[in-house]
Order: sequence, then C-alpha cells, then structure tokens
Amino acid sequence: MDSITSTIQVVPLNHYILLSAILFSIGVIGVLIRRNAIIIFMSIELMLNSVNLLLTAFSAYSGDASGQVFVFFIMALAAAEVAVGLAIIVMVYRNTSSIDINILNRLKW
Amino acid sequence: MNSLIVISILAIVVLYLGLFKAKSALLPVTVIGLLGALVLAIMEWNSGASAIYSGMMLFDNFAVAFSSLTIVSTILILLLSKGYFEKISDNVAEYYTIILFALVGIIVMVSYHNLTMLFVGLEIMSVSLYILAGIKKRDFASNEAALKYFLMGAFSTGFLLFGIALIYGASHSFDMSVIAQYVIDRPTPSAIDPMFYVGIILMIVGLSFKIGAAPFHFWTPDVYEGSPTLITTFMSTVVKTAGFAAFLRLFAMCFAPLAEFWMPTLLVITILTLFIGNITALYQSNFKRMLAFSSISHAGYMLFAIVALGSTSINSVFVYASAYSLASIIAFGVLIIVKDQTGGENFDSFNGLSKKNPFLAFVLTIAMLSLAGIPLTAGFIGKFFMFSTALQQYHTWLIVLAIVNAMIGIFYYFRVIVSMYFKDAEGKELITPGYFQLVLSLSAVATIILGIYPSLITNLF
Repeated sequence: MDSITSTIQVVPLNHYILLSAILFSIGVIGVLIRRNAIIIFMSIELMLNSVNLLLTAFSAYSGDASGQVFVFFIMALAAAEVAVGLAIIVMVYRNTSSIDINILNRLKW
Repeated sequence: MNSLIVISILAIVVLYLGLFKAKSALLPVTVIGLLGALVLAIMEWNSGASAIYSGMMLFDNFAVAFSSLTIVSTILILLLSKGYFEKISDNVAEYYTIILFALVGIIVMVSYHNLTMLFVGLEIMSVSLYILAGIKKRDFASNEAALKYFLMGAFSTGFLLFGIALIYGASHSFDMSVIAQYVIDRPTPSAIDPMFYVGIILMIVGLSFKIGAAPFHFWTPDVYEGSPTLITTFMSTVVKTAGFAAFLRLFAMCFAPLAEFWMPTLLVITILTLFIGNITALYQSNFKRMLAFSSISHAGYMLFAIVALGSTSINSVFVYASAYSLASIIAFGVLIIVKDQTGGENFDSFNGLSKKNPFLAFVLTIAMLSLAGIPLTAGFIGKFFMFSTALQQYHTWLIVLAIVNAMIGIFYYFRVIVSMYFKDAEGKELITPGYFQLVLSLSAVATIILGIYPSLITNLF
C-alpha cells in the first residue's frame, strides 16, 4: 500500500487534477454532441471514471483511505446503472430498431 | 433509522408475495408496512439523535419530518395504484418493490451525514426511477421517457460526483461536520482552496438537474409526460421533495457561511426557473405537460428557501413541499380517472367535468387553487412562508418577480377550472372508484385544513 501511494505521489497533484478535468470535459462534450445512445453512455462512464481517478489521487496525497472507498461505491453503483441503462436501450431498440437519440422526439418540445 | 430498515425488508417481503402469487395481498401489506414505518419515523422525533454508523447517517428532526412527508405521500400514491399496474403487465409485485426501494433511497437522501450517503441514496432512488419511467414496455412515449431520464440522470450524477471529489480534495473528508468545520476555520474567502468553490458550483449543477431547475430542466416535461401517470405523480411529489431536502441539508449544514459566493448563482437559477416554468406552462394544451411545467415553476419557489438560507428555511420548504405534494396528488389522481374514462389528457377532456362528476371537479378546483396560491388553501401558506423567508434577507426584487409569476400561474391554473365549470359537457358520466374517493377527499381536506390552521405544521422546527 505504501509503495503504491508513494508511486502515485511521484506525479504532482495538479497533474492529476488537470488530467481528470480533461477526461471529464471529454465525457461532457461526448454526451452533448454524439447522437448514439451507446456512445453517450460510454461518455458518461468516462465522466465517472475521471472522478474515480481524481478521488484516488486525493486519497493518496492526503493519506486518507475514505476516498478510495468512495471509488468502490462509485464502481458498484455505476455497474447497477449500466445494467438498468443497457436494459432501457435494448427496450428502445426492440421498438424502434435504432439507438439514435434523434428519433426520441415524439414528445413535442 | 428503524423506518429505513422496515421499508427495506418490506420491499423484499412484497417481492416474495409476488413470487407466491398473492396479488390481492400486495397493496394491503405495502400500505400497512409503510404505516408502520411512518410510526417508527415519528417516534424518533426530538429524540436528540447523534450521527450513527461512523457519522454516515443522522436522524435529526429534519430527517424525521421529511421521511414522514415522503412516506405519507407514497402511501397516498400507492392507494391510487389499485388496479393501475395490472393493466400494464402481470408482474405487479415488482412495481411495488421498486417504488419501495426508491423510497429507501429517498430516506437515505434526507438523512445523510456524509457525502457518500448522499450519492448512494440519490443513486438508489434514481436507478429505481429509471426502471419505473419505462414500465410500459410497448409504449413509445414511456421508452423515450425512460431513456431520456436515464441519460440525463447519469449525466447529472457525473457533475455531482466531480463536485464531491473536489470538495474532498480541499477538505480531506466526506463527513459533513468536518466539511462545515473546514469552512468555519477559514473566515477569509481566499484561505479556502479554489477547488472547494468549483466543487460547490458543480454540486449546484448536479442537484439542479435532479430537482428540475432551469437551465437544467429540459428533460422534465418530456419525462413527466411520457412516464405512466402514476409514476409521474411519484416523481413530481415525493422525488422532488427529497431532492429539495437533500439540497437544503447540504447547504444548511456545510456551505451556509459561504452564502455570498453561491447565492448569486442560485438567484439566477431561481429567476430563470420561475419564468421558464410559468411562461411555457401558458402555452400547453396537454394537462399533464402543463403540470410538468408547473412543477418546474414550483421548484423555483422552493429554491427561495435556499437562496435566502436562514433559520426559517427548513420550515418553509417543509410547508411548501407538503402543500405542493397534496395538491399534485389530487391533480394527477383526477387526471388518471379522466384519461382512463375519456381517453384524452388535454384541457378539452376536462370540459364540463362539473356536470359529469361534481366531486372530481370540486377536488380538482381545490388542488388548482392551492397550486395557484389562493388564500384558505395550503398552497397560500406555503408561498407566504417562502416569500417571508426571502423578505427576511431583503430580496425585494425576487419577491416582486415571484408575485408576477404567481399571477401568470393563476391564469393557467384557472383555465382548467373554467373548462370544468363553464364549458359544455359531452360524453357520459365519470365513475370514481372507492380508493380514489378516499385519497382525493383526504388530500383535499388536508389542503383546506392546512390552509385554515397552518400552525399545525408551521411551528415544527
């Protein structure tokens, strides 16, 4: 454990924050501009994983394990979300034979 | 705490009842279990609770009040579900179970004392709701609502989590008392890590998505319109109350000393929410969609309590949420009957309802008056408390804008009353099932009683 934290601390904390922020932004942009439900879904996972990375870095730097425990919570709940989300996408696909979200405009604005 | 355990076990018991084909026992068991949970929750009132499970949860009076309110609303909504789920599919027990699990998440959300529990509660509730929004598997609108709700919900969770991570980075803890202490220990704004401020903004974004405040409201009308009406009732009453309780708890416990920083942001969000909700509601011809926009505007009024955070905020959110939940349950309950028996949910379907069924027209009138905030109804007391909370902090312009919005609101709420009483009836009389009569009259009586004797719930905190 100690060797892992010291390895993490080789890289300055700001670099982790910057990397996470960039990954998070890529995820947000992906959600906003892509039209395929699966790719939007992948972008959301990217957002969640950038948070995981950030939490791990903070946790290693502050010597506090609770940040890493939080990562497990995020992973578990993200897995639950994936299960439900993919089921919803399959349900939509069965009815429309498409997962393009542009067809989701039957409800008027 | 005990009510949380009871509801979790109840959900599993209901699942087993479904397995053993005891369909007629589902509703009574669920309602009796929830009543038991309600009693257990109320018994913890003023028990001087301290944070339990290493500071994860805190069942203080705030948690007791909001858990009781959400449990009562859920009971009323479940009573409306008699015969509703059977039309959708044979697996009725699962629907009750998922609603109960959503309620478990909601109780975690209103009683958290650690940001981990905020996230866990929010996710338990949201994942259950994604399923509930899409239970009409063959109905395209329901599919669309489920997918939109899921994508937007997961997206907003990302913002909330990034905010939590940054706050953790600054304060080195998820525990709310440690975070509050971190803020208090640093009286000058520059002593606080900039990450902390970014974290607050990202959490505002994430929570605004969940409560449907503009400019993060765009999913609300589509999801509310597409979901089955009973689920929409649950979402717009219980879930909205829980979202506000979580929002308020976080800001009152942790971020109150930094009000100068986040207040302007929330002020802009509030004003946008009020205007977008009310003005768009004017143009709707669909009653359900109108209620969705009206729920956005009510989110705006409820945000007043957080903008003018003070000692009376909790009380005013509680009063407003009770009034709004009761009135919405009536409105959606009447909508279920009208849609079921006339086939439409536009304003036209309500034409001449006073002749076809005077009882329904009367309770819907009370609900609309309460939503519009006319005196002698609970809605007026709710608005009164909100406005006086805001005035205590001299937000005079906010009040002026809010009154303009309240007047716009009266216009579209009265459209329903006009079409019920002054338009000609066509079609046959509507029948009100017994359960609906019970729920609708209980809610209507409660709305009037709270309007005449507001001191029943206004002096709780």
